[in-house]
Amino acid sequence: MSEQTEWPLWEVFVRSRRGLSHTHAGSLHAPDAELALRNARDLYTRRGEGVSLWVVPSAAITASSPDEKDPFFAPAADKPYRHPTFYEIPEGVKHL
Amino acid sequence: MTAVAGGTSAAEGAGSGEDAFLAAFDAAVAAEERIEPRDWMPDAYRATLVRQMAQHAHSEIIGMQPEANWITRAPSLRRKAILMAKVQDEAGHGLYLYSATETLGTGRDELLDKLHAGRQKYSSIFNYPTLTWADVGAIGWLVDGAAITNQVPLCRCSYGPYARAMIRICKEESFHQRQGFELLLALSEGTPEQHAMAQDAVDRWWWPSLMMFGPPDGESAHSAQSTAWKIKRFSNDELRQRFVDICVPQAEALGLTLPDPDLRWNEEKGGHDFGTVDWSEFQAVLKGNGPCNEERITQRRRAHEDGAWVRDAAAAYAAKQAAGSDEKAVAA
Ligand SMILES: [Fe+2]
Ligand SMILES: [Fe+2]
Repeated sequence: MSEQTEWPLWEVFVRSRRGLSHTHAGSLHAPDAELALRNARDLYTRRGEGVSLWVVPSAAITASSPDEKDPFFAPAADKPYRHPTFYEIPEGVKHL
Repeated sequence: MTAVAGGTSAAEGAGSGEDAFLAAFDAAVAAEERIEPRDWMPDAYRATLVRQMAQHAHSEIIGMQPEANWITRAPSLRRKAILMAKVQDEAGHGLYLYSATETLGTGRDELLDKLHAGRQKYSSIFNYPTLTWADVGAIGWLVDGAAITNQVPLCRCSYGPYARAMIRICKEESFHQRQGFELLLALSEGTPEQHAMAQDAVDRWWWPSLMMFGPPDGESAHSAQSTAWKIKRFSNDELRQRFVDICVPQAEALGLTLPDPDLRWNEEKGGHDFGTVDWSEFQAVLKGNGPCNEERITQRRRAHEDGAWVRDAAAAYAAKQAAGSDEKAVAA
């Protein structure tokens, strides 16, 4: 057996049809971007599930950490005035 | 570890913080929220998922073998195209599940090594041989049928990547079951020899299919904890009962019988009574003494080794291209 050289991991994003954005579908291993695209086509669009594919090296993604206790998402929590429901409008006023 | 794959979270082993993390985990599970790769999770939850998902992934790819056995001998081009598509789907299912398992921090190579070394299992059903063309139909109808019964509740499993993989898989499985049913129906309604071939296949696959739901509830080692974690939603016996009740009218529609003299409708419980599964056979196959255990794992190892040069060549080409583009970048 040859020395183990595991191909890098890629994340696959599929645009299911025109008008929609790409959505994460899963991951796969491939030696390079070109083969990652081909493998993604065979793996995630066997039944016409997509009209466009993105592949991104998994290592290139930077993510927020969901278990962090720091207030990463907190700034959004105390600003209810960012939502339309925050405002009281007299009854009968239309198109607002 | 990548952003998407989990591995150990920073919080793990923090000691004093652990109780708070466990409480948050329990609360999320209780609230039917999904656990995602980078969330804190108990080590035993992670280990249970890796064991189950790896076994599931291995089953999908080992399961390609008994059916692929008939691709070159399919009786028509239509049947051949269908069977190739089905076997290709099973490869895809394996890859979805390996991909989901990797989010728990266990690499693909490690999973395959463990399969090849016999340290992780695959479903025992694939250790039975496919003796005739009708077996392809019986597998689609009964084996994929049992798999669907098991897998539909897994679409609501507490671990997000596993649940998402199962949704994708379940969508594809219904074609598998229907093509098997249609294949058996064609044989059943064919010549007396063809009918007999269909009946023989169902006779051989029925009991092993019932074993796919695992040991009876009282003897199932991991059930209670998996249920508490909402990995498992129904007990082995509940799912087995559901499967039997689904199959009885389908067998009637096929014009075939199920090989169980004790099988009859029980008005009181609103389900069928059925005979006892031969659990000694199940245990024997599980321990490696089924008709095809040796053949399946040998074939899997050989396929892996025969493909090594392809993997190496592709990796070498990728490395060369990357080096080439670096040189160009420097030159520019
Ligand atoms: Fe499958
Ligand atoms: Fe299937």
